[in-house]
Amino acid sequence: MSGSIQDTFFEECEELLEATDEGLTAIEGGDHNPEVVNAIFRAVHSIKGGAGAFGLDDLVAFAHRFETVFDEVRSNRLELDEKLVQLLLRSSDHLSALVEAARDGGQIDEAHHDTLLAALDEYTPDEEEDLTFEPMGLGGPAPMMDLGDLGAAPAAPQEETYRIRFQPLKEMYGTGNEPFFLFQALRDMGDLAVTLDENELPGFDTMDMDESYLAWDLVLVTKEPRSVVEAVFEFVEGLCELSIAGDGDAEAEANALAALDAMFTAPPAAGSADGEAAAAPFEPPVPAPEPEAKPAAAEEKASAPKAESGKQEQRGGPKPTLRVELERVDRLINAVGELIINHSMLAQQIANLNVSDTRDVETELEGFKNLARDIQEGVMAIRAQPVKPLFQRMARIVREASAATGKTCKLVTEGENTEVDKTVIERLSDPLTHILRNAVDHGVEKPEDRTAAGKQTTGEIRLSASHRSGSVCIEIRDDGAGVNRPRVKQIAIEKGLIPENAELTDGEIDNLLFAPGFSTAKEISNLSGRGVGMDVVKNAVTGLGGRINISSAPGKGSTFTIILPLTLAVMDGMVVSVADQTMVVPITSIVETMRGSDDMINSLGADGTLLSIRGNFVPICDVARALGLYRESDRQAGVYLLVETETGQRCALAVDDIHDQRQVVIKSLDGVCGEIPGVAAATILGDGKIAMILDPESIIAASPTAAAFDTERRLSNAS
Amino acid sequence: MKTKVLAIDDSRTIRNLLAATLEEAGFEYHCAVDGREGVDMYPDVDPDVVITDINMPNLDGFGVIEELRGEGINSKVPILVLTTESAPELKARARGAGATGWITKPFDDASLIFALKRVTGAAA
Repeated sequence: MSGSIQDTFFEECEELLEATDEGLTAIEGGDHNPEVVNAIFRAVHSIKGGAGAFGLDDLVAFAHRFETVFDEVRSNRLELDEKLVQLLLRSSDHLSALVEAARDGGQIDEAHHDTLLAALDEYTPDEEEDLTFEPMGLGGPAPMMDLGDLGAAPAAPQEETYRIRFQPLKEMYGTGNEPFFLFQALRDMGDLAVTLDENELPGFDTMDMDESYLAWDLVLVTKEPRSVVEAVFEFVEGLCELSIAGDGDAEAEANALAALDAMFTAPPAAGSADGEAAAAPFEPPVPAPEPEAKPAAAEEKASAPKAESGKQEQRGGPKPTLRVELERVDRLINAVGELIINHSMLAQQIANLNVSDTRDVETELEGFKNLARDIQEGVMAIRAQPVKPLFQRMARIVREASAATGKTCKLVTEGENTEVDKTVIERLSDPLTHILRNAVDHGVEKPEDRTAAGKQTTGEIRLSASHRSGSVCIEIRDDGAGVNRPRVKQIAIEKGLIPENAELTDGEIDNLLFAPGFSTAKEISNLSGRGVGMDVVKNAVTGLGGRINISSAPGKGSTFTIILPLTLAVMDGMVVSVADQTMVVPITSIVETMRGSDDMINSLGADGTLLSIRGNFVPICDVARALGLYRESDRQAGVYLLVETETGQRCALAVDDIHDQRQVVIKSLDGVCGEIPGVAAATILGDGKIAMILDPESIIAASPTAAAFDTERRLSNAS
Repeated sequence: MKTKVLAIDDSRTIRNLLAATLEEAGFEYHCAVDGREGVDMYPDVDPDVVITDINMPNLDGFGVIEELRGEGINSKVPILVLTTESAPELKARARGAGATGWITKPFDDASLIFALKRVTGAAA
């Protein structure tokens, strides 16, 4: 049980840390709105509160110090200057690290921890508060819980008799405290005798219904220590006249009560003043306090909006949300997928009906289709999340990387509200982290080099997200030195990735960074990765059905562009037939389609063929052959889909025919039949048949013609 | 009849902890995620006791107490403040608004139940 609550705590911490980061980023950007500061305070405060419940002392102590600084800020006792903001940012990072350490059992950097604590200390007033968080101010029932153990201790508790005089002030009745329940709690401790003292009760004619006239004399015989007896009255301190006399501890009692009096700044002054007013002669119809009370209440109301205005504003801000299990949404997405399939089946059935006039049905069917698409978009929107939290985490990555390399970089983010599928966001985290670390480590120059190059000492890394014609585009642009092409080429030659005499275009050299096993760092820095190259980044992106590209300008910087599909559940595909089988090719990878004639085909080597398109040769890759399918007839594939790979390599996929272009629902083959080379997934078509969705990249990669042509092209470039 | 508790806290962790502790101790548990929701829920839940956090968005704990004790709702039930703060002036302010008592976070189960029994007389 507590395990799952602790999981909730860490989940909540993620959200609270994001809120903290978001607020700090806003503050860094110059937004010093009190509500922003308040929101951070609350977030850190909640982390502290939760951490306390699980005994995470390091986290509590640090969050407390952090929170105290914010308390100073929100009370206008402290100004947010550049230096403080930087400290707060680092503290926020460290808070994340502490949460991570608490969750995963890792170690924290003790020296860093102490440095930050000391730095935060300089901004906070001297601590008076005791950080041990003793539950219940007066000791509470804890001693009671320990009684079993104490009984065995040398000093066994003696029965003690306490004489208690308890006279509530009228103010007590407004706080929901009920004498009866207090007596009940005392009775549970031992023998209790209660005597009501009603001597002060006036006659009915002079009684003020709001006044308190009753008092009680209690005699309690108990083994409980005095502190426990006192704890019963904890909530009514200052709201009653109370004396607790133990047998033979008059002195101790006086001391204890004096200490208690000092602890609570109860309002006896106001209380007694009211008491006098109430004791004034009774005025029958209109009680005197009434007119007085009204202006007071009105004043309170008038001042309330002022105090609340910030909150009002906030109330209009965040829209109400609903927390739903992901699984439920995914079930819905699946059902919508089936609905789309169902629609195409229905359309097919109607077409097969042989009815002369199907116009009305078609109109309705069109409506069905539009509705299905609306529902699908709506459901997709549920899974879609803004990239903002992801981008915020990246700010931390850049800060850490900057600190580790001794460079100064700032991350500028754009399009944070761009929404992307949840899974895409989750799986983008690692690639983005890697690219950003690389940008700091290899892209941005050292401050002195930047100054020498006439740039600002602080490097700028721009992370942006945008929607671009049905895709999501994520761009990471740095203003560093750009790709060191001679060096990259040399490494590629050394590692045997390209022939020594290869002549490559600038773009091709830049894209060598994505080649497996490529690492430009002279020694593997512990920052950009431990032998993990950009090829892993590329695989992660292509695994999401996306593409990644790099462009670079020497001295000006590099830009990584990641293009991702909006959703992982449906896509636009071209329905083709290959050796009497129906298949789907993703539209995004197709550049052009054409019908070929014999004079366009040239042979290459023994087995290969090239397609001549407007004077350029492109290797032909027969999909049927690539998939190991055999045509019953001698019919040649006569339709070509021109596709382009990540590296800019073009290839003509030969298929038998093109049928249709439509939206298809992606059904994963994982767990059904494992990985099939050349096949990305499957879908269900309108006629109910299953069709494979092809993966052009892997088909081309496996094609000997394409490989031969590519080598030849490189060699011819070299000569 | 179980004693009905309305807990108001913006921290999911604290809400879960309260739910576990209170339900195990035989209380009927209701919760709200901020002060505004808590006050809005109050008439429907009609609780025997309210536990409220202080630092919350949309209406803080003091606001909750003021509104519950105010003329509109005129609640007489005990209101316990659940807070990490133990500053005396904070307690005084809460009490001035009409709070019955306070529980310091992190609370241990026994203290929480002890406090609830003291203010509601719950047998739980």
